[in-house]
Amino acid sequence: MHGFANPARFLRLARWLTPLLLVPGLVMALGALAWGFFVVPPDRLMGDTVRILFIHVPAAWLGMAGWSTIAISSVVELVWRHPLAGIAARAAAVPGAVFTAICLATGSIWARPTWGTWWVWDGRLTSFLVLLFLYFGYIALAGAAQRDAAAGSGASRVTAIFGLVGAINIPIINRSVVWWNSLHQPPSITMGKSAIDAAFLYPLLIGALGFSLVFGGVVLMRMRTLLADIQAEARLRRKAMA
Amino acid sequence: MSAIKAKHQRLVLLVIALVALVGAGLLAAWALRNQAAYFYVPSDLVARPPEPGRAVRLGGMVEKGSIRRAADGVTIDFVVGDGKARVPVRFTGITPDLFVEGSGVVAEGRMEGPTFVADNLLAKHDEKYVPREMKDMTASQAKQVVAETK
Repeated sequence: MHGFANPARFLRLARWLTPLLLVPGLVMALGALAWGFFVVPPDRLMGDTVRILFIHVPAAWLGMAGWSTIAISSVVELVWRHPLAGIAARAAAVPGAVFTAICLATGSIWARPTWGTWWVWDGRLTSFLVLLFLYFGYIALAGAAQRDAAAGSGASRVTAIFGLVGAINIPIINRSVVWWNSLHQPPSITMGKSAIDAAFLYPLLIGALGFSLVFGGVVLMRMRTLLADIQAEARLRRKAMA
Repeated sequence: MSAIKAKHQRLVLLVIALVALVGAGLLAAWALRNQAAYFYVPSDLVARPPEPGRAVRLGGMVEKGSIRRAADGVTIDFVVGDGKARVPVRFTGITPDLFVEGSGVVAEGRMEGPTFVADNLLAKHDEKYVPREMKDMTASQAKQVVAETK
């Protein structure tokens, strides 16, 4: 792990890993979307609106995976003071927020014809909206901390603690449909079982994997950008001192 | 103190903080388990009836064969049950696409006597996704396909 504490080594790896994730990821994600939009048969009750599934579910999964990335990176930053951990957490915030917003928007569009409403304040929808607001807070805090000082400082640690505390929302989102009566249905895919017919399940799983690879590629891209920013800032500071 | 020691100290502190955080979260969720429910099920309404006229939500299954359409064409009567209790519901208006017998529904409205008068109906979707072609199969064929996806 600490072999990558040297950013030059990480950058060498990230340079060829980024397209390796992005290209197959985009192919799989777009292929699964085309499959879901044009090939899959309509659902027995929902008809053609079931096609929203293929963007809604991967977006929900990555909205939550994004914050899980933030939380795990925050632990590594707080305990092991790994210099790349804070950068990884910050890099995951914006793509995570984008997927969370996509999930909320597609869910709302889907809810109108199926449930008969754009929005309800049930446990699942409310906790997912809270996730989006947590992302906004995290992005604002991380931006302020970056202006304030370099990674590893007190301000960066506050960001990591916020990332960790916010993670409590992830199990709440996951369990919200089980703990409380909600309009959103319970999970379709649980430990080795699926209530989704194979005709829908395969494009869904391929899409989820594809979008995850795209997410990984975007995080690496953003990590490289953040590292370049830090380097440029350090160089400017040295020049100002000279 | 060596660097290893400080690292372990941080790890222990973090684990303690995480346990406290998860404990607090679980306690909060437990305390919310009634307040955060989006609707009452029929047995809740029968056991603890709300004051007449108070707006509540009732959720459950539309009983098979219970939907009756009134002569005006837009008023329907049906029964919502949860296996333990049943509540008759009246609603005037356009029903969502997924409102069918044997499927989940959430009705917003109030108790008027023994009847729940709904201002708004929301359809609940279950966790199953099944293609339309299966509707043309015989019941036993469809059951087999559904069983295979489980």
